[in-house]
Amino acid sequence: MTNLIIELSKFAFIILIAIYTLLSFSVLKKKNQGEIRYGWKMQNLLLFFIHLLAYVVMYLQKEEIKLLIFYLFQLFLLQAVLVMTQVVYPKVNRLLLNNMCFFLAIGFIMLTRLSFDRAVRQFQIAAAALVLAMFIPFLIRRCTFLEKLTWLYGMAGLLLLTAVVVFGKSSYGAKLSLKIGSLALQPSEFVKVSFVFFAAARLAKSTAFRDVVLTTLTAAAHVAVLVLSKDLGGALLFFVTYLIMLYVASKKPLYFIGGLGAGCVAAYTGYQLFSHVRVRVMAWSDPFRFIDKEGYQITQSLFAIGTGSWFGMGLYQGTPNKIPVVEEDFIFSAIAEEFGGIFAICLILICVSSFMMFVNIAMQIKNDFYKYTALGLGTIYGFQVFLTIGGAVKFIPSTGITLPLVSSGGSSMVVTIAMFAIVQGMYLLKEDEDLRIEKERKQNAKARTGKARRSRKTKAEERS
Amino acid sequence: MTYLFTGLFTLLIGYFIYFNGFLSSEVVNNPYNSRQDTFADRIIRGEIRSSDGEVLAETKTAEDGTEIRNYPYGNVFAHGVGYSTRGRTGIESLANFYLLTSNASFGEQITKEIREEKNIGDNVITTLNARLQQTAYEALGSRRGAVVVLEVETGRILAMVSKPDFDPNRINEDWDALNDEENSEKALYNRAFQGLYPPGSTFKMVTLLDYMRENPDYVNFHFQCGGQLTEGNYTISCYGKKVHGEENLQKAFAKSCNTAFSSIGLSLDEDTLKENCESLLFNRDLPLDLPYSKSSFSLKSGSTPAERMMTAIGQGETLVSPVHMAMLTSSIANDGIFMKPYVLERVESYTGDTVKVFHPAVSGRLMTLEEAGILEEYMKAVVTEGTGSRLADLGFPVAGKTGTAEYSSDKNKSHGWFTGYSVTGESDIAVTVIVEEAGSGSEYAVPIARAVFQTWGTLNEH
Repeated sequence: MTNLIIELSKFAFIILIAIYTLLSFSVLKKKNQGEIRYGWKMQNLLLFFIHLLAYVVMYLQKEEIKLLIFYLFQLFLLQAVLVMTQVVYPKVNRLLLNNMCFFLAIGFIMLTRLSFDRAVRQFQIAAAALVLAMFIPFLIRRCTFLEKLTWLYGMAGLLLLTAVVVFGKSSYGAKLSLKIGSLALQPSEFVKVSFVFFAAARLAKSTAFRDVVLTTLTAAAHVAVLVLSKDLGGALLFFVTYLIMLYVASKKPLYFIGGLGAGCVAAYTGYQLFSHVRVRVMAWSDPFRFIDKEGYQITQSLFAIGTGSWFGMGLYQGTPNKIPVVEEDFIFSAIAEEFGGIFAICLILICVSSFMMFVNIAMQIKNDFYKYTALGLGTIYGFQVFLTIGGAVKFIPSTGITLPLVSSGGSSMVVTIAMFAIVQGMYLLKEDEDLRIEKERKQNAKARTGKARRSRKTKAEERS
Repeated sequence: MTYLFTGLFTLLIGYFIYFNGFLSSEVVNNPYNSRQDTFADRIIRGEIRSSDGEVLAETKTAEDGTEIRNYPYGNVFAHGVGYSTRGRTGIESLANFYLLTSNASFGEQITKEIREEKNIGDNVITTLNARLQQTAYEALGSRRGAVVVLEVETGRILAMVSKPDFDPNRINEDWDALNDEENSEKALYNRAFQGLYPPGSTFKMVTLLDYMRENPDYVNFHFQCGGQLTEGNYTISCYGKKVHGEENLQKAFAKSCNTAFSSIGLSLDEDTLKENCESLLFNRDLPLDLPYSKSSFSLKSGSTPAERMMTAIGQGETLVSPVHMAMLTSSIANDGIFMKPYVLERVESYTGDTVKVFHPAVSGRLMTLEEAGILEEYMKAVVTEGTGSRLADLGFPVAGKTGTAEYSSDKNKSHGWFTGYSVTGESDIAVTVIVEEAGSGSEYAVPIARAVFQTWGTLNEH
């Protein structure tokens, strides 16, 4: 009987996520407020079913009561976030809110399946981060001085990154984390935000040639320090993000092309200089030849995805733990193995819809600083998704980057939640602005009709 | 900007779909994929069958639920079919994923899931022909060695025999003895694919090809064989101290004249010879799905006359695997085109519905049509008037080359080679035979090839 439930649940998961994905795109096209509200509610319901079903399937196989207790905690957290955010910020962007909760839930499910302890830790960090993130939109509205702190962001970021190079502890060939007491922090995650703030503030201030050079040099210094700590995925991420921000701010294609050219040269030099870059590229180009060593991780990932095929093996039916670092860099492969390829594609599409929403919001904001910040954070998010999934399916060489909100990793979790909250804050600012403009227009219109009426009156009086 | 990212993600999703749709079955089937083991909990391993419908491996379930893998042909298919209980080898490894995947009807699968019964895995039909395999197996008798039979036009592997062999039904009982370091038999070793032997005179096919490429006027070649040739202080003599007298190139080849060919060896450019050898896949990876050893050719410029003479007649440092020799031979038969050898023909559900069909694939061209034609003419002469005359009365024409490879300083010990093919124009076969520690190829290897050709002849009559 359990077998049958597992079999059927696979198809249920696929149907549920497919409808969710469809709604992520279709609701945005709807005009009717009632329909839109219904669409978002529907998404929450689908999320609720997927989450519930996953824990039922896991409980049936493990029969551990702690799974159910953990489920209830998660249910409470997700519901609280959905409800509280809407109460505090009625105009919140629902797509981003829903998707954030969706990724969190998928992450909790997959991590529970991979390693219960990690999942609990992930849950605790997420809960704390979500509580703090509730204040972010409020702070953004209040702190109008944010765009004036240009060099502060730049210096703080560089300092943090340098600290990692000097004091950092290395893992998998890259120096990533900094130990403070019992906490292992990954400063490069936090620097993502300060970096975007720096670039946005500087570019909003001026895109004159001299300023652009200064800004670019500082950005390049970030990238260089990341390269020194051998975090090449991070370096690539920062590089691309800056390039896109620069292009959007300056509107000069020449900068973009020049930047790309410089990037190619840098990539080639990096390839020649660092053996672990060559190893990754080698493992990517022909993993089966180096299946015992360099290609082990990527071939295990491909085995997982291939064995899962379209419909997946079902929860606990695969062996995703065979992939080294599956909880972080290769969680996508674990999802593809047990939930199947169709589910995985839907997950990519939901990431895409979140990314497009980030960009959409950025394009509507009038204030340059906020605009570039939203754009930069969106690019970080989108490109990070691309790098990690592309690496897992061997579309590009693996870069050792996490899938935002889904992968295990405290720093990444905190920062991504903060990123979502910051963009929410900017979205709310824009809504405020729209509201103010709307009001002004109404007042102007009223004033105009009042004036007209008055002038008509006077004319009539004159005539009489 | 948005377009750029949308493009990237579209490509990513496209690649993912391509991977799942087209690449994954091969990836998943990799023997390193330990996920396959978990399938065995839910699926009864399917059967392996020969192309003529014989069951080569099947799983029998006892009443208490224990499964036994049964190999009705025992030792005959030992290396080709392999085993699956002590690790996996041969087709058991190659087709593991298919054998442990069920394509029974959806309804049946669900019903069995509910009843918590195992589903029945798919059957794999191989290209191996049980009659040819049995013939080759018996013809090799108690000798050590190997036989490879390929279908020329397609690259289908019709038979592969390696001796000493083992009984896959008793793999668990015999495991320790088979792996005993002191056991010189190395019976688990698939000599047909993994064995490396000096090619002996079969290498004259390569020397001949290189000579023709280096000397466009090769038809004018003539040589006076005095039974031996001395260069410096090294002397090479013809087999059995024979004196062949006045020869043109074809006669020198047909009679396998060592004296003539070592003199050719002295005239060849070492680098060109090496290049040509590598274009014939020496020192190269072969497109094979089963484990094999790479053939090696190491002569380089600046080598001594003795080394050059020996290399030209297939002694020297050169080593070749039987399957590589069979591939070279079948390329000559196939107008120079080299087909990728394959052993899996198709996959069927246990009820007989086709799941997957494997098709012949061209791997490249090893020589021009003209070169293949000339080699064929010369190799026919080997049978009609040379060392392969025991194949002259089969009722259909055969082209081939014999070889006798000395492998130690004891000149009386040698491996016998034959490699050749039928020239009828209809589903022709290439047969390669190596008999270890026997004697001359014409005496020991040719009769085995003859038995295989004969069986093939009777199979084709029906």
